[in-house]
Amino acid sequence: MFGDYSIGDLGAIFAMQGFAGLILFSVFVLMALGLAIIFGQMGVINMAHGEFMILGAYVTWATSGFFQQNLPALFPGYFFVAMILAFIAAGALGMLVEWALIRHLYRRPLDTLLATWGLSLILQQAYRSAFGAREVGVELPDWMMGSKHLTDTIEVPINGIFVMCLTALITCAVAYVLFWSRWGRQVRAVVQNRVMAGAVGINTEKVDRYTFGLGCGIAGIAGSAFTMIGSTGPTSGQLYIVDTFMVVVFGGAASLVGTIASAFTISQARSTLEFFLSGSMAQVLTLLAIVGILMLRPQGLFALKVRK
Amino acid sequence: MNENARLFDRSELMALAALALLLLVILPLGLDVFRLNLVAKYLTYAFVAIGLVLCWGCGGILSLGQGVFFGLGGYCMAMFLKLEASSVANTKIQSTPGIPDFMDWNQLTQLPFFWQPFHSLTFTIVAIFAVPAIFAFIVGAALFKRQVGGVYFAIITQAIAAILTILIVGQQGYTGGINGITDLRTLKGWDIRTDQAKFILYFVEVAFLFATVVAAQFVRRSKLGRILVAMREKEDRVRFSGYSVANFKIFAFCIAAVFAAVGGALFTLEVGFMSPSFVGIVPSIEMVIYTAVGGRLSIFGAIYGTLIVNFAKTSFSESFPQLWLFGLGALFIAVVLAFPNGLAGLWRDYVQPRLDPLLLGRSAAAAKWAGRSVADGAAAE
Amino acid sequence: MSDRNDSYKPWGPLAPSRRKLLAGMAALPALSMLPRPSFAAAPPTSVVNTTGLAVTDSEVTVGILHSVTGTMAISETGSVEAEKLAIEQINAEGGVLGRKIKFIQEDGASDWPTFAEKAKKLLVNDKCAAVMGCWTSASRKAVLPVFEQYNGMLYYPTFYEGLEQSKNVIYTGQEATQQIIAGLDWVSKEKGAKTFYLLGSDYIWPRTSNKIARKHIENHLKTKVVGEEYFPLGHTQFNSVINKIKLTKPDVIYAIIVGGSNVAFYKQLKAAGIDLSKQTLLTISVTEDEIDGIGGENIAGAYACMKYFQSLDNPNNKAFVAAFKKMWGEKTVIGDVTQAAYLGPWLWKLTVEKANSFDIDKIAAASPGVEFKGAPEGYVRIHENHHLWSKTRVGRARPDGQYDVIYETKDLVEPDPFPKGYQ
Repeated sequence: MFGDYSIGDLGAIFAMQGFAGLILFSVFVLMALGLAIIFGQMGVINMAHGEFMILGAYVTWATSGFFQQNLPALFPGYFFVAMILAFIAAGALGMLVEWALIRHLYRRPLDTLLATWGLSLILQQAYRSAFGAREVGVELPDWMMGSKHLTDTIEVPINGIFVMCLTALITCAVAYVLFWSRWGRQVRAVVQNRVMAGAVGINTEKVDRYTFGLGCGIAGIAGSAFTMIGSTGPTSGQLYIVDTFMVVVFGGAASLVGTIASAFTISQARSTLEFFLSGSMAQVLTLLAIVGILMLRPQGLFALKVRK
Repeated sequence: MNENARLFDRSELMALAALALLLLVILPLGLDVFRLNLVAKYLTYAFVAIGLVLCWGCGGILSLGQGVFFGLGGYCMAMFLKLEASSVANTKIQSTPGIPDFMDWNQLTQLPFFWQPFHSLTFTIVAIFAVPAIFAFIVGAALFKRQVGGVYFAIITQAIAAILTILIVGQQGYTGGINGITDLRTLKGWDIRTDQAKFILYFVEVAFLFATVVAAQFVRRSKLGRILVAMREKEDRVRFSGYSVANFKIFAFCIAAVFAAVGGALFTLEVGFMSPSFVGIVPSIEMVIYTAVGGRLSIFGAIYGTLIVNFAKTSFSESFPQLWLFGLGALFIAVVLAFPNGLAGLWRDYVQPRLDPLLLGRSAAAAKWAGRSVADGAAAE
Repeated sequence: MSDRNDSYKPWGPLAPSRRKLLAGMAALPALSMLPRPSFAAAPPTSVVNTTGLAVTDSEVTVGILHSVTGTMAISETGSVEAEKLAIEQINAEGGVLGRKIKFIQEDGASDWPTFAEKAKKLLVNDKCAAVMGCWTSASRKAVLPVFEQYNGMLYYPTFYEGLEQSKNVIYTGQEATQQIIAGLDWVSKEKGAKTFYLLGSDYIWPRTSNKIARKHIENHLKTKVVGEEYFPLGHTQFNSVINKIKLTKPDVIYAIIVGGSNVAFYKQLKAAGIDLSKQTLLTISVTEDEIDGIGGENIAGAYACMKYFQSLDNPNNKAFVAAFKKMWGEKTVIGDVTQAAYLGPWLWKLTVEKANSFDIDKIAAASPGVEFKGAPEGYVRIHENHHLWSKTRVGRARPDGQYDVIYETKDLVEPDPFPKGYQ
């Protein structure tokens, strides 16, 4: 398999593949972060996670349209506005869903799975009715397109760098919020012992609502970032859901570090395999490997040691 | 105890009779062959739903990959039928006559080894039961022995469904790819496409369905069924009582897999083809909703749930295609939020208490309600 | 019998004379302006309908069978719109044999058994005289046995992999060899291409098409395939294959990627610095419909090879595009399949009039040789194998989402669903 390439080419291959893997890694982290918060911290399986992402993508699309029409001068910067709006829209919808649906099901995780699946069907149809069945293309400002030319064979796409920076930023923000802010401590208190947290005066309902909202909001940002590389259609969200769940479960549900580590492992494995095998087989093999490892180590890579 | 020793108690016998009346008399007389064939298609999903009653309702193991077993059963049947349809005489125009058309299109020049045994009907029938059972055993043993359960199990089964779909689609020379295995014609020379054949197949299927109902009821009434319920409620306590929790779970999962496979095989016979679109995540979750709507604890409920959801799907999508997904989504949410025991729960809580005094006499009804079995009375979670 | 079809000679020259073609093209839009009383004296139903189809003295029922919901709804919407437009136009002209066309629309819901089930309903319950429908190969494979068993007539609009021929189907899109060979010949001659990289979504049409492409590249053009790669439907990460393309530096990227994957592929290609104005990319899967989602600026410069582009410059097409936009809105775009779907009702009407009957057997027998001079793509004729003779064209994508037509075959290309030497 290496025979056809020269040594220099091989070096370039690994550099480029490594970078491709890093982009995939960023994408996985963005997708999985929101889910890891919701699943890991609250034990809720949100099958509509993909649809929250797509909401963010549609918001981005609408914002870009708005800027093109009304504020063409500011168009290069619209993406930042779009991401904030996507976060707010998806977060708000998330809190509404938590209030209407999820809070009734906290002790029945399998049922949240079914209910959120129903929610995802409704959202898909809503997108279809509102935006049409066809995929929409989001126009990017010029500075985001194109690539940095490093050597003859190595080129680095700018939107890839952008996604990576964005991921790093959001991951740090989430880590800060969860581990150092007052509210984050409350979240973790509720996760560890809901009754006790309530007894010391934490408003657990409110904490739940904001946690769910935060998870969905991050999904919205992920969707916004996704318009740079993928497509936005009513059913695009479903494509990501299995991958995202595998990242979270493989990492160990309650662990943020685990999610990041597993996203890294899976993305690098997949992008390397994709180079030497076909895209289909790379996906099958990575999923099989994950299932296999989970059979041996069901708690995932990084598990919190909790006494049940 | 006396009542529990019998396979069906009196009201269940009546439910069985009512179902028999519906499936064997009312529907065949009331529907034309086209609609009856639709019912036959829906009923193949009922096999999956019954399996889920055992595995999810009783055992608390939610599998989101039942489509895998439905597909395995269906593909076994389809392979046999396809080989019969691809006789040398029928495939003269191919570059290699005598192999299925899709293999010829993919430059295969001889039948792959794992297709060879499917020339035999006996082997095929054995495979329909054995392949999914073995597969379920491997998956179940690996997961349950390590105490993976609940949500993790659901997600892993979902991933397995995704893997199998990608594999089938990707290996199209061996599997027919995304088109599936189509154009199935005869079963041992008997044309399965005629109206008469569809009519006969319908009754064959109903017979299988009743056999499945009896088998499922037997499992549920047995000690095994009780242990499953106990495990769902307090798994640790059952484990500490000395039972091997994993083995019981594996057994329930395997049974559900075999039921699903039988449904899949019958589906292939009824519909005339099999494709990876029944293996994936979406159909697998839809199969769960049939069970949830009917009532996850009730075998009969699961059958009615399957029929009703599918009828609703067909008629809704005929008249308001746009609204169908809203309806289906709302159904998921409503069942989970408001009626966790589904139609069977509604029936038991509202209809039956009024019906029983009329049918059984007041005192018998009172006695019955006092002595309800554990399995029936258990709450949803 | 209308005298229009008497001029048909089954073994005549491949292309009709230029004058005849132009006359035909000029005549049709003119005809469609006028109300046509000529069919007022409709032949009696008992004569034209001997097999109990849904034909009355004033109406005839046809079916439309596409996905309105599910993943395929994106692609199939255009076909539904085109078929409805054609039916409306035919009715405005006076219908078929003096009968207005009434249609029953069914939703295949992107689910193959549903397609089979609805096809059966349209044939058995509704007794449709013809069905316009299906899009994916899988849905066609699912309904084919139904149409053969209950003797129905299907007009199938999508370009597809070939390897099929049925009395009960008229394929109004191109089969694989029609689309592929002309394009490869063109790129090899015009661009001097020596090396090809084949890409595709992982299912039967891209795989079969690439198989034919590879045979043609290796055996006929005597050039080289340097890579062949497939991705699951819906795949969104193409960075690895883009890296491989950069290493192997093929003269031509030959891409048959479908659906949502396209968007990701072309965006990532652009982001990776592959400039389509320098790198030749030939696709057979991206119509104007798909560009809508990809974004014209991402794919500008790519070449597409198919039989129809919205920008085609002829009077038929101008009238068709105007009518389509009037009915479905200014913003709609028309791709190859949409145009092929528009041909379905028209070809059926012409065939019915040639056969002077709605009976399926007579239509199947009368189909070969039926020519449609008002086709937006110019002129088509049905071959004995129930596919269409049609020209193949190469277009170059513009940033505004349209194609510039830069090449078309001189003659109509013969459909050859079972190509010798390519299997």
